[in-house]
Amino acid sequence: MDLEEAREFKERCTQCAAVSWGLTDEGKYYCTSCHNVTERTREVINTGAIPNTKIQAINRGLKKKRKLEKGWDWYVCEGFQHILCQQAEALKALGVGPELKNEVLHKFWKRYLQKSRQAYCKNPIYTSRRKATVLEDHLSHSDWDSEPVLLRDVSLPCVESGAESQSDVNMQKPFPAIKASQSETGSVCSGSLDGVEYSRRKEKGMVKMTVPKTLAFCYLSLLWQRETVTLSDLLRFVEEGHIPYINTFQHFPEEMKLYGRDKGIFATESWPSYEDIYKKMIEVATFLDLPRFPDITEDCCLHPNILCMKYLMEVNLPDEMHTLTCQVVQITGMGERDFLTFDPIAKVAKTVKYDVQAVAIIVVVLKLLFLLDDNLEWSLSNLAGKHNENHKEDKPWFDFRRWYQVMKKAVDEKKQKWEEARAKYLWKSEKPLYYSSIDRSVVYKRREMVVNLQKQFSLLADSTPTIENKRPSSFQFNWTEEDPGRTCFHGHSLQGILKKKGQSLTTKNSLYWLSTQRFCRSYCKHVTTYEESNYSLSYQFILNLFSFLLRIKASFLHEEVSLIEKRLFKSRYSKPKKKSSRSKKVRRQ
Amino acid sequence: MSAFSDELLSPVAEAEGVETSVLSGTGMYIPWLRKQMDMVVTGGKKKDFAQTTSACLALIQEALLKHQWQKAAEYMHSYFQTLEDTDTNKRQAAPEIIWRLGSEILYYHPKSNVETFGTFADRMKNIGVMNYLKISLQHALYLLHHGMLEDANRNLSQAETWRYGEKSSSQEILINFIQAYKGLLQYYTWSKKKMELSKLDEDDYAYSTATQNMLNHSWKTSVNLSALIKVPGVWDPFVKSYVEMLEFYGDQDGAREILTNYAYDEKFPANPNAHVYLYNFLKREKAPRDKLISVLKILYQIVPSHQLMLEFHRILRSSDKEEHRKLGLEVLFAILDFSGCTKNITAWKYLAKYLKETLMGHHLAWVQEEWNSRKNWWPNFHFSYFWAKSDWMEDKALACEKALVAGILLGKGCRYFRYVSKQGHQILRKKIKQMNKSVKRHSIVNPGL
Repeated sequence: MDLEEAREFKERCTQCAAVSWGLTDEGKYYCTSCHNVTERTREVINTGAIPNTKIQAINRGLKKKRKLEKGWDWYVCEGFQHILCQQAEALKALGVGPELKNEVLHKFWKRYLQKSRQAYCKNPIYTSRRKATVLEDHLSHSDWDSEPVLLRDVSLPCVESGAESQSDVNMQKPFPAIKASQSETGSVCSGSLDGVEYSRRKEKGMVKMTVPKTLAFCYLSLLWQRETVTLSDLLRFVEEGHIPYINTFQHFPEEMKLYGRDKGIFATESWPSYEDIYKKMIEVATFLDLPRFPDITEDCCLHPNILCMKYLMEVNLPDEMHTLTCQVVQITGMGERDFLTFDPIAKVAKTVKYDVQAVAIIVVVLKLLFLLDDNLEWSLSNLAGKHNENHKEDKPWFDFRRWYQVMKKAVDEKKQKWEEARAKYLWKSEKPLYYSSIDRSVVYKRREMVVNLQKQFSLLADSTPTIENKRPSSFQFNWTEEDPGRTCFHGHSLQGILKKKGQSLTTKNSLYWLSTQRFCRSYCKHVTTYEESNYSLSYQFILNLFSFLLRIKASFLHEEVSLIEKRLFKSRYSKPKKKSSRSKKVRRQ
Repeated sequence: MSAFSDELLSPVAEAEGVETSVLSGTGMYIPWLRKQMDMVVTGGKKKDFAQTTSACLALIQEALLKHQWQKAAEYMHSYFQTLEDTDTNKRQAAPEIIWRLGSEILYYHPKSNVETFGTFADRMKNIGVMNYLKISLQHALYLLHHGMLEDANRNLSQAETWRYGEKSSSQEILINFIQAYKGLLQYYTWSKKKMELSKLDEDDYAYSTATQNMLNHSWKTSVNLSALIKVPGVWDPFVKSYVEMLEFYGDQDGAREILTNYAYDEKFPANPNAHVYLYNFLKREKAPRDKLISVLKILYQIVPSHQLMLEFHRILRSSDKEEHRKLGLEVLFAILDFSGCTKNITAWKYLAKYLKETLMGHHLAWVQEEWNSRKNWWPNFHFSYFWAKSDWMEDKALACEKALVAGILLGKGCRYFRYVSKQGHQILRKKIKQMNKSVKRHSIVNPGL
């Protein structure tokens, strides 16, 4: 047992993770701390012939050439390009127009590379000599586009001539020179050439790519194309696995090796959150210096009138409510083109959260109709119930209580399934990532163990696999007349809640309470706070219902509701006089 | 989750857990099996990985509580990924959590069998070093539950020879454990051989080889057992079998030393059985009465309702010392303080007889001393009208004894005594008459009457 000889073996022990090896008589390595014997043997050149001679000639340097780990030379930005490419393909498969990938997302990405001076500019941050060849190389390898990209016209239709000149200005700034030698030793701490450099890079005004930002790019292109997919839809598709997001790196080409710093850059163990991606989207759009986006007009799917209709259907509310939501949209001016259209170069870049806003409008309308004070909605339900008893032939009046019962059951079921599915989610990729090469064997061994254990237990699970591969859909619920548990309320009328006044209809209920009286002006960025217990149970239910639908926090929706109320009852807020009562009389005009 | 891992990391809790599982005999022992649905994210943003895996753990525990083994296995499938957690602490705690959950599932799952369990155990043994011994031990216990003694023995021998380098010292107690269980298995074989031997004739040719065989066994066993029982703890089955072997080979001194140490060493937790074993041993040895009394006195302090207390009373009764005789009365009263002993006819009989004896011996003060603390609750506890009726229905002899005690303690007017004496049963008439007489003579309430 020669400890001296075993020094060359540097891998971690799979049992106890120590690096302390001895040699057994058979020439196998064993761990001196836990006595685990590996299957690795020293490479011994059999000198043959003479028995009883100590086998001395030993092939020094155990697998010294780590050529196994050496794949292509690749840059971090290429990795992100692969992810974007996968995501764009997935979006196409979901039915998004094919132009999105090549016309929009591609151009945004090119512009990003240019702005961040990683490519398509005169003075890229990498040593230009190497860079040019590498980029050309990788772009032709990726299936991004068949024609050589570098030869194409760089300027986008939406890009003002500023792009070129701007990079010229930037050029004057001194940048830390990157050693050319890095390419040779690049694979020491990361699989990519610039992984280490990339994770260290901190420049003012630079927007570094991260995995969540790929979704910001996707959403920006969807918005540019005015596609029907809202941000909450996009994130839901991600969570349901229709759009690649977690472990996207395992679909990189075989020769793109990832380890070390690449792990921190490409591995994610969280789903994207609405607020986060929303913020990142604005950040990216501002960084890219994008012009005003195409107008959101009334016939566009992101217009509140259309989205309200969609969400009314989704949550099983009567179609008749749509006229009311349209009225609210009109009064508040939220249907205006200038209000809706995203303009990153405006003074304060801000875009409408189309889905959250549409849902908030519905909440406001529900408050107008039923007050939602845990009282009026139930007495109105009694009236409707009685009427429906007596007039079974007629179009039924909308009964809030029955709707609540149906929705409560449906949402609770859905929520439970959702939670169970999340608990069962498998995060780890088939291709494990590790920090340094001595961890490699441990990480792979562990992976193998997990797979074996999973195999064993999957035999013990229910024989009928419940994994119903859900088709992607913008609707999560399905309402029909036939099934009493899923009664459809779309055709129910609002008679009994509305009354005629002159020529127009107004709500019977003439009261309203404001969700918030004061808006926070401090730096915390919270418009208002939402303390559940301060609000009526029906209001809580409705907020929870909608926030589950969009997978956002209830407080986030509450904020949006408050903002709409602020527009709707402008006069109330502008009056300096402080109101003491929460309930205010508000007349519908 | 963190408290949970801490619990797992403390070796003492673990050691006791294993012990209990032997005694309870129903399935594997999972001390922390409780519902903990902490899905609330506190503090900074937790990774969704951490959040979903802890939700998954909660769902597995829920399924286990509801005995939904298939569902638990389904979630287990996802829970294995905690072995690859990027959080080092959690990753290190994961194998043990997984082992416990998984072994519980495999113990009950309809599709599971000895092989499946074995495969799982072997896999888990080799994930990290720290769990090898614990898992080996529990695997052996599982095999014992299934009556596979030889496999269990092989497993334990294998575990015994496993070495950890520097890590061995922290696991010493576990090695002791494994050796002790091995010893227990050897004891079992020995005990079987002893049975066979008792059937053989002493002049038989086979006899001497059999004894030789037994001797070999006992030597190995004693080596295996003695290490563990020196460590403070509750080791009843080990101590018992070890002592039996020592006694069989005539090493009375060794046995006495072990039992005395087990009962009296202050480092050991209070354990009534230790005193019971010592008492039984001394009784077999025909030790002097004073010695027996001193052992039982301690047992009396720990468990006043122990079944040996009646025997204790008998010993005290026959003692010459006044204080012993007084203690004899105390012991009887103490037994009957427990609701589990209210129908113990022997206790009542002893009490009735002993009360008479004590009063005749002019020790009214002793009786009053005991009675003072009980007089405001015993009448309702023992001597209510309800009890009189139901005792009479169920067991007339018991009712008579109790009535006599009631009469002595409470006087003729008490409900219990009146009810029983009025029943005037044919066969018992004589007895009741006698009872009336003795009550008249001895009652402490109105001695003059």
